[in-house]
Amino acid sequence: MQPTSHADSHGHDLHHEMSFWRKYIFSTDHKIIGLQYGVTALLFMFFGFCLMMMMRWQLAYPGHAVPIVGNLLYHMLGSDMVGKDAAGNVGVIMPDLYNSFGAMHGTIMVFLAIVPLAFGAFGNFVTPLQIGACDMTFPRVNMVSYQFYFMGGVLMLASFFIPGGAAQSGWTSYSPLATVTNGSQHPNGQTFWILGMVCLINSSLLGAVNFITTIIQLRAKGLNWMRLPFFVWAQFVTAFLLLLAFPPLEAASVLQLMDNLLHTSFFLPTGLVVSGQAMHISGGGSPLLWQHLFWFLGHPEVYVLILPAMGIVTEIIACNTRKPIWGYRSMVYSILVIGFLSFIVWAHHMYLTGMGTHIATFFQTTTMMISIPSVIILTALFISLWGASIRINTPMLFALGFLPMFGIGGLTGLPLGFNASDIHLHDTYYVIAHFHYIVAPGTIFGLFAGIYYWYPKMTGRFMNEFWGKVHFALSFICMNLIFMPMFIQGMEGMSRRMYDGGSTYLESAGVVGLSPEIVHLNVPISHAVWLLGLAQLPFIINFFYSIRLGKKTNSDNPWEATTLEWQTPTPPPHGNFDKPIEVFRGPYEYSVPNHARDFTTQNDPDKQEPIIHGNPVRS
Amino acid sequence: MEIPYAVKPRPDTGLYNAKLGIWLFLASEVMLFGALFSSYILLRVNAEEGTWPHHWLNIWLGMTNTIVLILSSVTVVLSWASLKMGNFKRYKFYQGITLLCALAFLGIKSFEYHDKFMHYEVHLKDGRIADGHKQADSTDKILVLRGRYVADHKDLMEGEVHHEEEPRIEIPMDQIATMENYGPWHNTYTAIYFTLTGLHALHVIGGAIVIFFIWGPLAKVWHEDPERYTNRVEVSGLFWHFVDLVWIFLFPVLYLL
Repeated sequence: MQPTSHADSHGHDLHHEMSFWRKYIFSTDHKIIGLQYGVTALLFMFFGFCLMMMMRWQLAYPGHAVPIVGNLLYHMLGSDMVGKDAAGNVGVIMPDLYNSFGAMHGTIMVFLAIVPLAFGAFGNFVTPLQIGACDMTFPRVNMVSYQFYFMGGVLMLASFFIPGGAAQSGWTSYSPLATVTNGSQHPNGQTFWILGMVCLINSSLLGAVNFITTIIQLRAKGLNWMRLPFFVWAQFVTAFLLLLAFPPLEAASVLQLMDNLLHTSFFLPTGLVVSGQAMHISGGGSPLLWQHLFWFLGHPEVYVLILPAMGIVTEIIACNTRKPIWGYRSMVYSILVIGFLSFIVWAHHMYLTGMGTHIATFFQTTTMMISIPSVIILTALFISLWGASIRINTPMLFALGFLPMFGIGGLTGLPLGFNASDIHLHDTYYVIAHFHYIVAPGTIFGLFAGIYYWYPKMTGRFMNEFWGKVHFALSFICMNLIFMPMFIQGMEGMSRRMYDGGSTYLESAGVVGLSPEIVHLNVPISHAVWLLGLAQLPFIINFFYSIRLGKKTNSDNPWEATTLEWQTPTPPPHGNFDKPIEVFRGPYEYSVPNHARDFTTQNDPDKQEPIIHGNPVRS
Repeated sequence: MEIPYAVKPRPDTGLYNAKLGIWLFLASEVMLFGALFSSYILLRVNAEEGTWPHHWLNIWLGMTNTIVLILSSVTVVLSWASLKMGNFKRYKFYQGITLLCALAFLGIKSFEYHDKFMHYEVHLKDGRIADGHKQADSTDKILVLRGRYVADHKDLMEGEVHHEEEPRIEIPMDQIATMENYGPWHNTYTAIYFTLTGLHALHVIGGAIVIFFIWGPLAKVWHEDPERYTNRVEVSGLFWHFVDLVWIFLFPVLYLL
């Protein structure tokens, strides 16, 4: 805030009317910025999902024109990208376009949808409220952070329409492929990808600095570290991962940009031959270097995706079991250990690169170690359910769905972490199934839970319960129908990047290959994907309908939760709290014996000694 | 609404917000340059025998720039200390020197860049290699270098050459098979040299712009809120120290080793 020399201006900025632009577009209010992040990220998530719905058509029915949108695709992207099928129908996704869709699906879902939603949206909206702060420490930096994110998104979207199309080298952009693809043309999709990534990295860097300073500096009086809601811990560790893991990717992006535009050879080895032609480069570079730099970000990034969802789920489980979280301290220490270990597991993505067995053994060991704190957190959440009389509502359903889905995703990761079994499973559909179980029915369910849970605080109205449950049930079924068969496909050896869904490698008389049943699984999987798309309609309609027409909340604390975000007016005004906040107790004091109500809010100064399991709680 | 601890330190952390913020930002900067230095090490260790050049840069220019930046680090501290003692004029003077140092550094750096871009390795059709600096009187038909002929590309890898003391070589353009200047594309060393020093130079420019804005256009804040102003100088100074520190690593890595 600017210093003010007017003594009488105190409190004015709470009341004076701001223009639409100041209030919603160039806002410095953390809640508005959170909503900006949220809406933009949801749109990108839908877009990324649409890319996949089209790709699934090509996988299930290779060489057939995409129905409904095929013609539109052709007119938007041209005949290089969209072809005709045998029957003459326009709308076949050509290989280059398939590669673009694959690369951009990954990029958009990770960097433009999940991270901004989990960190940018929930982190921005909820964290300052939960720690009793009036805003972030650097409101204007916060605004710039969103604007960088927006610019990154625009660059990524624009890249679809430039000659040669969007980046085609996978979301990992491995060199030299990323340099030689469309290498004669500059700027190409890869250039846009790199510049977009630089914007996104700057965005999350500014966000991370802001989050950490906010959590350290602006905690309300009495809110010491072990009284922080677990969600705040999750955001805190996530911010550190973003702060320290993203810069190496920025460095890598700069180096790759140099390779692409100024013809250096950071990642291009001596004697590189492309399409039978020796490239005119100075050589001497290392393709492995790119992979190390990329995965140094890439693996902490996985925890950036999952930790905020764990935080959200913990809040919701505590609230709806009406019990303290079991093992809160263990969970906090676990998440700190995860944060630390996530920096030294990256090369388990690279067992097959020839980096050497000693290095592989080291990373195998650390990878096994990091599963321990993850299991502690999941176990603590499961035990928290024990003996509770659980309130089943939509947020709780999604939170409950998160637990087994994340469990499946995590446990199926172990065979990938052992380098012996990884040799068989590497780059197959098994990998796809594994990490989607973590991110799709895992993280995204956690995010949906968060939307249903905090919606009443954002709008003063509930989302519709019935349609919320329909949304959950259908999504839950479809997610499993999609990803469970992929484990089987992967174990049978189906590679993850095949344009035709594996039909080229079909077994035939005397030829060893994929069995027809395995390849045929593509069809039911694709149908489940499209059904999953339909299953989001109740959510989308519910989301907009409930803004004005949903059931009104009866108080500022409709779920009867203990944490501070429910102690604000609804929706919270600029500056958040209308009274000074002081914290007297831990985050999850539900069903404390000898209390009139089954929840004691953190700012409740009730001096009565709370009793849990017969022992006084140490403060 | 006033953000707490924007100026005064929070008692239990002992920091005001921006100071914590800049340290976190610098931590991420350490990771950025750390990744680049790691890349340098990996590329150099992996380089084939006889392909990594030594002493291609003028050590005296690099040394001068090192001294210039260290001097600027001292004046940044002195300017902040002057403000702490309430002496605004002395602050203006010291920070002015800091800005001059930044300009001097960038001037020397751009001279070095220019030198590399004028330096050509020319492969003639008869197999000889000419190496030297392109002279201003080169024409479309004749390339004029001040330099020398070598038999093998590897002969160029060792040592700094003072081309200005060497003879003029005139090469008709039609005898040239390939020619390339010592830009980033020349080899892995020039690539990492330009990338590292280029990113560093961007940091110098960014830091100098911020310091200049606080020094010049925003100077009136001193009279309204001296503590906030002093904090700003301190935070920009911390960044400036980091930029200097990066150079302290760059100089031996690129010039001496």
